[in-house]
Amino acid sequence: MSPDQIILQIDLPRPCFHLRVNVTLPGRGITAVFGPSGCGKTTLLRAIAGLEDAVVSRAESRIQVNGVEWLSSTERLPTWRRRVGYVFQEACLFEHLSVQQNLLYGFKRNQPAQAAFDELVQLLDLAPLLLRHTTNLSGGERQRIALARALLASPALLLMDEPLAALDQERKQEIVPYLERLQQHLAIPMIYVSHALDEVVQLADHLLLMENGTLVGDGPVSDLLHGHPVLAQRDDAFALIEGRVTAQEPEHHLTVITAGDATFYLPQLPAAPGQIVRLRVNARDVSLCLDYPQRTSILNILPARISRMQAGIGGQNLVHLDLAGQILLARISHRSCCLLELVEGQPVYAQIKALALMK
Amino acid sequence: MFSSSDLSALWLTLELASITTLILLVLGTPLAWWLAHTRWRFKFVAEALVALPLVLPPTVLGFYLLITLSPGGIIGGALNTLGLPALSFTFAGLVVGSVIYSLPFVVQPLQQAFTQMGRRPLEVAATLGATPLDTFFSVALPSARRGYITAAVLGFAHTLGEFGVVLMIGGNIPGKTQLASMAIYDHVEAVEYAQAHWLSACLLLLSLVLLIGVYALNRRFDLVRAR
Repeated sequence: MSPDQIILQIDLPRPCFHLRVNVTLPGRGITAVFGPSGCGKTTLLRAIAGLEDAVVSRAESRIQVNGVEWLSSTERLPTWRRRVGYVFQEACLFEHLSVQQNLLYGFKRNQPAQAAFDELVQLLDLAPLLLRHTTNLSGGERQRIALARALLASPALLLMDEPLAALDQERKQEIVPYLERLQQHLAIPMIYVSHALDEVVQLADHLLLMENGTLVGDGPVSDLLHGHPVLAQRDDAFALIEGRVTAQEPEHHLTVITAGDATFYLPQLPAAPGQIVRLRVNARDVSLCLDYPQRTSILNILPARISRMQAGIGGQNLVHLDLAGQILLARISHRSCCLLELVEGQPVYAQIKALALMK
Repeated sequence: MFSSSDLSALWLTLELASITTLILLVLGTPLAWWLAHTRWRFKFVAEALVALPLVLPPTVLGFYLLITLSPGGIIGGALNTLGLPALSFTFAGLVVGSVIYSLPFVVQPLQQAFTQMGRRPLEVAATLGATPLDTFFSVALPSARRGYITAAVLGFAHTLGEFGVVLMIGGNIPGKTQLASMAIYDHVEAVEYAQAHWLSACLLLLSLVLLIGVYALNRRFDLVRAR
């Protein structure tokens, strides 16, 4: 048994579904759990935290986090001994305590702390809020406090149950950069539950797909995006390309990103040269050419090779392209596929408008 | 104004109400907690039992207490065999009667406060490493403070007005078991209206002030919350 992994074997019968999960997750990075509402994502998190111990079937279940047994047929750690951080959908701040007292609640109870108070307060920009009362804070502020409070308890595993679901779009975009920052600075493994795919791909490395209480997919995010039918058949199917910022062209308001030999131009990002970013490329924004197009306004013309052709519904085909070792998806009409006589293994040029690219 | 027996009746009433309230807060907390959190099928039976003193004529309650607490009764007899005095016609007996009589006034607000709070804050505390007992004192108790204030004041004020139960089990022994409500009754019987007035006004004011205090405090909580 390796200390650097999270083993989840959970069997939990419920009146409306039966949660059956058997998976081993990497002991670092963010794992996202994605699936429709009511598929058992929240129950899974609650079971991991020990909040469903009354219903979990002990004989069939086992939870081990980086070498520590949380639940087995012979042993059961209660929630308060599991060193689990849990961020609920609503912030659930203690109303009778100030912001600072909320933050210190778990910090004081987990000494010696591995978390650094000042560092987290700084990472999440909480210094101006410390002396405030918990009433009268915005939803985004409350969720940042809840996040810091969970992390300050020095958890061995952080669970996040749709922490952005209760926020409007603007507030969400306010929180996401904080989550990215945390992921870069902290070594704590996280499990992030969401039914919003864009959140998942912005943050996660590893992905679990759930349906009706069971796992239907498990693997690195970029593999599942094009490799799993549930995701690849979606109308908004997309691929992730990881690249490095190589230049900024402020005169054109563009950022240049290189992934292997491929160069991408996209609307300017607030990123420093050298920084690794993930580009989300929608399949419907990618078109194909057999010859290098001359005199076109499209900035991104990338040589690629067709690795797979997938017939889709409604006269649309999904073409998988191998682009310097990474996979790009293109949604092409069936008619175009026939006209161009596209086949697997064929070299093509993929065209993407710069404006369609985003982080 | 007040005769010495009136004063001692008033003092005894306050003493009884204070002790009863304290006991009820201590006993009522686990009971209310259990009622708020249990998934027991027959929880409604327990709730009905707790609510019973609300509707039962106090004399009925007093009657049953009298026959169990007196030397010939189950409890009184048991105490006697242990070498202890029976509880009928003693201050301790009054306390037992008042605790039962005022039980719903303390348990119900507490139960409501715990139910309203829900399990979520307790779960949050557990994930932050707090033991169940620690969670109770650091999260549940302060969150339910409003329920505690209501429970304490209602329990106290209701015990002040007790008459039927204590008359049955306490008798009406001046300086020992005579309470203000009984002293008022005696004054009226003896056509001593002036003295009845003083005592009645005293109880009226005390009860009103207590209730105004509770409602004002609740309003303040609402305002703090709404801000």
